[in-house]
Amino acid sequence: MSFYNDVYQQYAEFDFAGFLGSRTPADVREVLAKEHLQPADYLTLLAPAAAGFLEEMAQKAHTLTLKNFGRVIFLFTPLYLSDFCVNRCAYCSFNAGNKFARTKLTLEQVEEEARAIAATGMRDILILTGESRQHNPVAYIKDCVGILKKHFASVCIEVYPLDEEEYRELVAAGVDGLTMFQEVYDPRVYARYHRGPKSNYHYRLDAPERSCRAGMRTVGVGALLGLAGWRREAFFTGLHAAYLQRKFWDVQVSISLPRLRPSIGGFQPEHPVDDKSFVQILLAHRLFLPRAGITISTRESPAFRDNILPLGVTKMSAGSSTRVGGYAHPDGAAPQFEISDPRSVMEIQQLLLKKGYQPVFEDWQQWDSLEKQLCS
Amino acid sequence: MADKLVIGGKELTSRLFIGTGKFASHEVMGRAVSQSGAQVVTVALRRVDLDNPGESELSYIPASCTLMPNTSGARTAEEAVKIARIARAAGCGNWVKIEVVADQRYLLPDNFETVKATEILAREGFVVLPYMNPDLMVAKQLRDAGAAAVMPLGAPIGSNRGLKTREMIRILIEEIDLPIIVDAGIGRPSEAAEAMEMGAAAVLVNTAIATARDPVAMARAFAQAVEAGRAAYLAGLAPARDTAEASSPLTGFLV
Ligand code: SF4
Repeated sequence: MSFYNDVYQQYAEFDFAGFLGSRTPADVREVLAKEHLQPADYLTLLAPAAAGFLEEMAQKAHTLTLKNFGRVIFLFTPLYLSDFCVNRCAYCSFNAGNKFARTKLTLEQVEEEARAIAATGMRDILILTGESRQHNPVAYIKDCVGILKKHFASVCIEVYPLDEEEYRELVAAGVDGLTMFQEVYDPRVYARYHRGPKSNYHYRLDAPERSCRAGMRTVGVGALLGLAGWRREAFFTGLHAAYLQRKFWDVQVSISLPRLRPSIGGFQPEHPVDDKSFVQILLAHRLFLPRAGITISTRESPAFRDNILPLGVTKMSAGSSTRVGGYAHPDGAAPQFEISDPRSVMEIQQLLLKKGYQPVFEDWQQWDSLEKQLCS
Repeated sequence: MADKLVIGGKELTSRLFIGTGKFASHEVMGRAVSQSGAQVVTVALRRVDLDNPGESELSYIPASCTLMPNTSGARTAEEAVKIARIARAAGCGNWVKIEVVADQRYLLPDNFETVKATEILAREGFVVLPYMNPDLMVAKQLRDAGAAAVMPLGAPIGSNRGLKTREMIRILIEEIDLPIIVDAGIGRPSEAAEAMEMGAAAVLVNTAIATARDPVAMARAFAQAVEAGRAAYLAGLAPARDTAEASSPLTGFLV
């Protein structure tokens, strides 16, 4: 039982081009009138024919989001622990083939970063590392989590895929959530872009599921937009999220829509996703999965982030640095990629308030330490 | 005589309870709560910054209100119990709304875990108001476990669909000698009025107010609807008939 066997395989022979090309405005209207969407409805919303209905889709997406999440946006910040990596992903600065001085935070530096981030008011943190079991072993990640738990209500991970038992250990150490971008759902395209341990497509694809079994509370999936045709990639991302939601009904599932950004090596995406297409993906996701979170990172520009806010977004990163040690020392290491929205946490907070949204810094915390502190 | 609702030793004149989630800002929430006249306000403890209570939504809730921290975020009885204890230790009083929700697609409550949490917390002296899927047997178990009121859902949370569980709620109102407070699903003032007409002790509203175009005005509308519904209940609704009743009864000669 896995997403690949149960769901992906069903569409292995599916004629995507034929289906997408055959959708008519009448088909789109029919889908827009429905309350619960099936995969074929979802694919219809990703078809060229639906591009003429973005306003209708946006209205519906806005209403659904309001009902399910209200006028609140959750904020989080990424923290890069280490840029050591053994993989050679064509699109990433941390690619083992790129020559630059690599950095890995000591536990003291983690504490220093944590203080700098906590001082901005952030309570929810996402930690990232490159893939190197030698430099960034699970034990190291666990030690870092131990420190971060003192400063933050919620700590999530975006690290290389792990075994179920390792996820269990991290959950026990205080990790609440996992983000794992499959990057590309099409296995053939995946093989083209990934060298090193990451070339194991199935191990990565099953990682969210393993983490759910290990007790993760939140899980985020996503395709790196630009690597393959977006309609098909968005379709599988949505199906993946839906599969996880059904199977692990107690896990909060969310979707991210990371668009490729400039990085060392000057990688140029073969399938760039323009703003209009991005919005179509976002809206289709929301209509298909009314209760899934949708995360928009600082990869997107300030103006664009402001505009898509009411279309289904529930979570944003803010005040981000993609450099190891970048909070305490902003000019230190090389960034993983260039961010587009350099606004500070305070600025994002003010923007949200101005737009009629409440910024939420803390949506969940593990209560153990507080209980000890207050109730003993 | 004033029509009062007594829960946990507190006399309440307003039968509209308010939730504080989903508002665009704490400030709008504060004004909506004031306009609603609500005396019981529920707050998700998971969103309260206990280190800086002065900056949290707590400071926007009128001091006259009874705070009812809720355990939203809890997926097991154990987590709910923890959150309740923390809320009390942090000075949020001893009222608690138990919410144990593991299902993330429809956010439907887990009745079994809710009973377990209610048992433990009632024993510890909390005024426990459990949010539940309307089920008569479970309502009886909650009553026996020491709940101060029972809060069945009218429809899935945030759905604004109204009283989809009408029949089950009616049975709870008839059978359970505790205040029945309809929580979740109410989307319009008319639906709140309907719940009150049926004999609900109170209703709890959040999404319908928080996400209205003008939340403050909507809070006022709900206050009026709840009052009207309660007044109608007390007045005794005239029976509805399928056929028109003849103005001069044909059996009048029997008198
Ligand atoms: S994307 Fe991740 S695995 Fe690939 S090179 Fe960058 S850090 Fe390494």
